[in-house]
Amino acid sequence: MKYEIIVVGGGHAGCEACLAAARKGHKTLLITGNINNIADMPCNPSIGGSAKGIVVREIDALGGEMGNNADKSLLQIKMLNSAKGPAVRSLRAQADKITYPKEMLKTLKSTKNLDIMEALVKDVLTKNNKVSGVLLEDDTSILADAVILTTGTYMNADILVGDTRRREGPHGEKPSNYLSDNLSKKGFKLKRLKTGTPQRIAKDSIDYSKTKVENGDSVYHTFSFDNKPMYDIDEQVPCHLIYTTEETHEIIRKNLNKSSMYGGLSDIKGVGPRYCPSIEDKIVRFSDKERHQLFLEPESLYFDDIYIQGFSTSMPYDVQEKMVHSLPGLEHAKILKYAYAIEYDAIYPTQLKFSLETKLIENLFTAGQINGTSGYEEAACQGLIAGINASLKLEGKKTLVLKRNEAYIGVLIDDLITKGIRDPYRLLTSRAEYRLLLRNDNADLRLRDYGYQVGLIDDDRYKKFKKKKEMIDKAILEFKEKRLTPSNNDYLVSLGTTALKDGVSLYDLLKRPEIDVKDLIRFLDNEYSVEVLEQVMITTKYEGYIKKSIEEVNKMKHLEDKLIPSNIDYDKMHNLASEAKQKLKEVKPDTLGQAMRISGVNPADISILMMYLKGM
Amino acid sequence: MNDTIAAISTAQGVGAISIIRVSGEDAIDIVSKIFSNKKLKEAPTHTIHYGYIKDKEEIIDEVLVSIMRAPKTFTMEDVVEINAHGGINTTNKILELLLVNGCRLAEPGEFTKRAFLNGRIDLTEAEGIMDLINSKTDTSREMAINQVGGKVSSLIRDLRDDLASIISNIEVNIDYPEYEDIEKITINHINKAIKNLEVKTTKILKESKNGEIFKSGIKTAIIGRPNVGKSSLLNRLIGEDKAIVTDVKGTTRDSVEATLVIDNIILNLIDTAGIRDTDDIVESIGVKNSLNLIENADLVLFVLNYNETLNAEDLEILDKLKDKNYIIIVNKTDLDKKIDDSNIKNAVYVSAKDDVNIESIGSKIKEIFNLEKIETADLTYLTSARSKAILVKVLKEIDEIKKGISLDIPIDMIEIDLRNIWNLLGEIIGESYDEELLDQLFSRFCVGK
Repeated sequence: MKYEIIVVGGGHAGCEACLAAARKGHKTLLITGNINNIADMPCNPSIGGSAKGIVVREIDALGGEMGNNADKSLLQIKMLNSAKGPAVRSLRAQADKITYPKEMLKTLKSTKNLDIMEALVKDVLTKNNKVSGVLLEDDTSILADAVILTTGTYMNADILVGDTRRREGPHGEKPSNYLSDNLSKKGFKLKRLKTGTPQRIAKDSIDYSKTKVENGDSVYHTFSFDNKPMYDIDEQVPCHLIYTTEETHEIIRKNLNKSSMYGGLSDIKGVGPRYCPSIEDKIVRFSDKERHQLFLEPESLYFDDIYIQGFSTSMPYDVQEKMVHSLPGLEHAKILKYAYAIEYDAIYPTQLKFSLETKLIENLFTAGQINGTSGYEEAACQGLIAGINASLKLEGKKTLVLKRNEAYIGVLIDDLITKGIRDPYRLLTSRAEYRLLLRNDNADLRLRDYGYQVGLIDDDRYKKFKKKKEMIDKAILEFKEKRLTPSNNDYLVSLGTTALKDGVSLYDLLKRPEIDVKDLIRFLDNEYSVEVLEQVMITTKYEGYIKKSIEEVNKMKHLEDKLIPSNIDYDKMHNLASEAKQKLKEVKPDTLGQAMRISGVNPADISILMMYLKGM
Repeated sequence: MNDTIAAISTAQGVGAISIIRVSGEDAIDIVSKIFSNKKLKEAPTHTIHYGYIKDKEEIIDEVLVSIMRAPKTFTMEDVVEINAHGGINTTNKILELLLVNGCRLAEPGEFTKRAFLNGRIDLTEAEGIMDLINSKTDTSREMAINQVGGKVSSLIRDLRDDLASIISNIEVNIDYPEYEDIEKITINHINKAIKNLEVKTTKILKESKNGEIFKSGIKTAIIGRPNVGKSSLLNRLIGEDKAIVTDVKGTTRDSVEATLVIDNIILNLIDTAGIRDTDDIVESIGVKNSLNLIENADLVLFVLNYNETLNAEDLEILDKLKDKNYIIIVNKTDLDKKIDDSNIKNAVYVSAKDDVNIESIGSKIKEIFNLEKIETADLTYLTSARSKAILVKVLKEIDEIKKGISLDIPIDMIEIDLRNIWNLLGEIIGESYDEELLDQLFSRFCVGK
């Protein structure tokens, strides 16, 4: 058996990776532990969220699947931060845990060049530090030119509950027991990470009168730029908001030593996510907070589970019962699945190149939680990039590297390989210094050209995109050329804006905070879509701020362009601080700009590096 | 970067002792080669050794050599200092010997640059050191020392921390919008924050101006009609405080012609020609000339005669002084009073001839420039032009924010400006990075330190 590309793991990273490779015409094999768990959502039943929603749009712009698949399976959707500026708006949807994987599997099965196999991988086969295939646990070898590992939380996975630890993947799945040890033997540095998931309770056992209803938006949204909405606004399933009580806190405080994380288990090495703490963490760290917010989220139309967002824990089952029943509305709740924590192996992402190929082994790529991230969206976008780049590598083409000013995906990958990780990495808008450029609304304008160039966007979709771009240019021109005069003052005053003394262009009028683009449509000769008008409005109203961001990008450009030769010898630079030297040797930055972002490398080290480079 | 550098670190030709500083890996080895006491190589750190500098067998000078081993030195490298007996020729000879034996002549500011690059000092401190070297009076020296100690850094760091807390709160609001318990930052919060920032920045800038006065002096003009006693007043000021008046030849009309130090304050006098040639009756500073001087000076000492009535010229000058820092000095109180001073407020009455009340001129200057307070308060002023330029930029950013707020720009965009300010403040204390900044800074240092 011989494939061009093998993808190990059928989670969100694996699905994107194998689809990208197969769609680009490469004979691809997806190996998964359980075919029924493909694109599974073992934790929260939602796609998107702050920053993450923008990533889903970026995946779609590049020709990935997540956005499209979420559109097919959503229960409710809303635009977060809609009252704030356009730069921080982001979509978040509740996705049906049955429909989402089902639709994804359907897509995989109907994709040409893609085979799916149920097996566990034990080792990556190499020849002269180059990938030659994989070895299965039954000792079968399958040959391939490139391998993408998307093992999620399965490598040496342990499930932790109270004082018990058992070797097991999520949902009681079989873990991968050999792969990470074999990677370690090949020279990879591993890191133990930890994450957790809350209880699921029965829908009908909740007293909803004690909760606050959280509905979806009353306007339609889609993740994909090419989809029409596939849901009915009025049929959206609501979430419910509740708060922890003093009783809850008391139960947790009293039983703290029974939690795996607080003494229940003494051998915990995994580092948990700072941005997603367990409920016992929240109560210990923010002891003065009287209550913590929890969301009751529906998991599916096809079964009864309700997910308690914000309540993840590693308490023993009996304590979990008490904790859940102390919550308002959940006094008689029936627990269907208990919460647990999971410990797993990841590799230090500083061992990767920007293409997500490992530095140690040629044609071996890794993506998703194995690289230390958390979240479906973070995983999916890495899978897509790894799939694209493994293909491009085999095609002998230049790999696709997105810059920090081009995409959240670029921010994420640069952060991973430049800064490394301490705990599972979550994307946040604050990680993006150019977030005004990386908006939900312009993901296609930023990335669709790349999607087309790598061959994941077909001619039809590209033509549609080109048309939109043309219309935006045309609209902006029309807004600049069309002028209103004092003869329009009656109308303008009725909008609550000051009267004109001279002629003013629509473009300049739109800059006024009280004027909306809709107010000016009546003066236009041409008709434009809502998306096009949105671009005009953002371009106009925030022109100064967008310009500032672009200036910042340009200011950094000369450092980003300054290459550091790969044969540079940091040991020869005696004046480098030892921490900086160690970090530079580990990360091996490609450019001075990247070197600057390494934590532990301070400005003085950069000037030494720069002087050294000048002297070379 | 790892070669050993040497330079004469005291002013050339002046003083009884000159110091030659050597820094780098081979500093101790190289000095040992030309030093009579051969135990130098094994000497413990921070010790002083007596001996001779020799060129082969010829004794060049009797010296004290200080050994300071890395890393507890100014440059964090091995440092040797040779205390020689002065004289340009001897000192140069020793330096030459060091260069012959493997040192490289230090570039301007290179010791400080190494201290900075090796992480010994931050940018503000580096600038402070330069001010220390150039300080002319006790107060300016003290100020430079305070800056080296990091007082400016801590002041800026506080402002930065304040900003960081509001920025992170805005970030949390964006990243966790569904959390209702977290305080939402509103325009009111931002208004309050930038108001505070503006007040403090303006204060630092204003006080920095006073710091500047300590450092480089006040451009001062002494004006008044002929025979009011300007020159005798000047002589008295000089005599009283034993200050030095230096003639600088070939200067133009409004450049500094003499420096006078009163109570630790430097006065740079402009256009003293008319004052000192009093024996000629050419002391003929006409009104036009006076107005010109007033225009150019930071401080005007307007001298009137106690023994004469005010004329139209005087009144015109008084009118012009309204927007300036000025002191009216009524001289010749030893004579009869003829002046009508009912409209002159806050004048200082002196008799240059009998040396009466001259000292109150100094206190008056301090009062005007708010310098009394500086002397007693912490000396926390930014003394470098670069830092000041950055603070001016901060004020400009604050204006941008106000403009943004008036245009209903969303908070998450306003935050971009707040972040810029945070970065700018970081630049002052060297916590964000700019290539040109370093080059610019270090080329301004004088040789030796």
